[in-house]
Amino acid sequence: MAIKHLEEYRDPQISRKLVEHLKVVSQNPIRLMEVCGTHTTSIFRSGIRGLLPPTIALLSGPGCPVCVTAQNEIDTFITLSRIDDVIVTTFGDLMRVPGTNSSLQQERAYGSDIRVVYSTFDALEIAKKNPLKKIIFLGVGFETTAPTIAASIRTAVEMKLDNYFVFCAHKLLPPALAFLMEAKTTNIDGFILPGHVSVIIGLKAYLPFFEQYQVPCVVAGFEPVDILQAIFMLAEQIENNNPDIANGYQRAVTYDGNIKAQKVMDDVFEAIDASWRGIGKISKSGLKIRKEFASFDAEEMFDVRISETEDPKGCACGEILTGQKIPTDCLLYKMACTPETPVGPCMVSSEGTCATYYRYHAT
Amino acid sequence: MKTDTILLDHGGGGKMAHNLIAEMMIPKFDNPILSQLNDGAIFNIEEQRLAFSTDTYVVDPIFFPGGCIGDLAVNGTVNDLAMCGALPLYLSSGLIIEEGFPVSDLEKILEMMSTAAEKAGVKIVTGDTKVVPKGAVDKIFINTSGIGIISGKVNISSHRACPGDKIILSGCIGDHGMAVLTQREGISFDTSISSDTAPLHHMVNNMLAACPDIHVLRDPTRGGVATALNEIALQSNVGIRVYEETIPLKDDVVGVCELLGFDPIYVANEGKLLAFVPPEYADIVLTVMCKDNLGEDAAIIGEVIPDIPGRVIMQTRIGGTRIIDMLTGDQLPRIC
Repeated sequence: MAIKHLEEYRDPQISRKLVEHLKVVSQNPIRLMEVCGTHTTSIFRSGIRGLLPPTIALLSGPGCPVCVTAQNEIDTFITLSRIDDVIVTTFGDLMRVPGTNSSLQQERAYGSDIRVVYSTFDALEIAKKNPLKKIIFLGVGFETTAPTIAASIRTAVEMKLDNYFVFCAHKLLPPALAFLMEAKTTNIDGFILPGHVSVIIGLKAYLPFFEQYQVPCVVAGFEPVDILQAIFMLAEQIENNNPDIANGYQRAVTYDGNIKAQKVMDDVFEAIDASWRGIGKISKSGLKIRKEFASFDAEEMFDVRISETEDPKGCACGEILTGQKIPTDCLLYKMACTPETPVGPCMVSSEGTCATYYRYHAT
Repeated sequence: MKTDTILLDHGGGGKMAHNLIAEMMIPKFDNPILSQLNDGAIFNIEEQRLAFSTDTYVVDPIFFPGGCIGDLAVNGTVNDLAMCGALPLYLSSGLIIEEGFPVSDLEKILEMMSTAAEKAGVKIVTGDTKVVPKGAVDKIFINTSGIGIISGKVNISSHRACPGDKIILSGCIGDHGMAVLTQREGISFDTSISSDTAPLHHMVNNMLAACPDIHVLRDPTRGGVATALNEIALQSNVGIRVYEETIPLKDDVVGVCELLGFDPIYVANEGKLLAFVPPEYADIVLTVMCKDNLGEDAAIIGEVIPDIPGRVIMQTRIGGTRIIDMLTGDQLPRIC
């Protein structure tokens, strides 16, 4: 599994050169948002913020799937895990996320059968091996994970599994970008668009957004050179007053994206309004399993929907996710809210903005 | 969210494990030997200085590339003693076996324990075996304790890191943790990563011959290099700076870590050590380590600094700086 080809994207000399160029190009203060949690982590892990000229501020956006999963959805996951004969399968990040009174990690300690899997196909395998149990996969994530989860429902049809269910809490990224631009308080001068999501949806998926708002956008990969290059491209567009939508991750992202993945997603899911934790409802920003596949839809097959819950008092996650505040502005940060005792979702996931600040931020 | 139950994170080697020990164990058993908080206890019986250590092994799967729970249990305790600068001599072995466990597997495990003990030059001199009903343990758990003797001049403790000390890492990190993880049920990666489980005391012996005044030795097991460095920074009340590009890593480990969103500096090792040595001895100790086949990839990865006491920072490859903190518990594979 050697990935030597990535070395050039981590090259210190190329990085240094890009920083030098940036210092020349960037004259006026600008605010750029990296939408994706993996970008946030990579920026902190490589120490990019400390290298940028003072004119450039990076804001971390709502692109950590765990962070934006609504609290009532987390509560529903917990309720599902308490049902007899249910095995809940999930990606690891969700385990520590606090619901109103508990977390999946605590429920597992109390005796619920909750298993961390690495792909939906592991969940299908568990369903096959345990025909008397009901296996619920917690479908959380963006366009990156949605296709494989859609494909797992297709496979379950082929395998004639009647004990496999998906709770679909997926979110879609482009509607969130539009929401951020509509919320005038954020003042974002340019977007570093996510890499993985763009591999699936392609550059074309952002065109309607770009045409409406004319804000500079660059799709970026995850290595330091990728990110610095995207920042450089954005700074140049802004300085030249020439907003554009550009692909800075050409080795992975195409104009059309992964058509096959888009099709399976479209076959199995339909867009619905969805609640984002800390932010609220965003029109057509979530996915629901289509009626044809209702027998695999945990929301339809288990009667557990919990009513709306309030976000914890004092928690600034909503403002942090929309770039209006940074973690150190929140009164709970490092006080009541730490990775051991997270109050808000941004402190929980390894890619959450607050957890990333806590772990990597030098002050 | 406080918890009234023990969670897996309490055993993960991160902050929650650290707090459990500090808040619940130490106050109950408080004594000056325990509060040294080294890999083993160090004390005198008459004129002889001894190191005494214990560890329990619950690894899943019990057989993995590069070893099994048996040789891991021997090497782990041998290494805990070696990290006190001791020559390991005698081990105990306590087995808890689940009803229904295949005798052939037990035989294999005992055989590998025996070979590991012979290779390490230690004797397993006492033991205990319990069988419990199905489900009461997962297949087999092993506890080993060990004692070793420490020669007169040696004074190794995690409290002794001094500003100026160079930090040497004995080789590539993350092999054991990723070897076990990739074998675990549900993950089907095809890699060539195998555990690094090995006894380190022969190499330590040669290092001490080159520099009797090694300040700190630590094997970065659970929680990895990052956790070990944080513990030393706290216990010695010093700052630590490491350089990302100097940390030895295998491509396979980097690849699997990237796929899962893991940071290799938090991944477990079972045959690696960190040595804090006075700067004037760094090169000679490094040379000695590189001559040993367990230390051939050894490298100086950083130094102790007087500022930021209790904290660890890393200079990244591209010249930035980041904090290296202790994790809450085990790393969890990310969603995307």
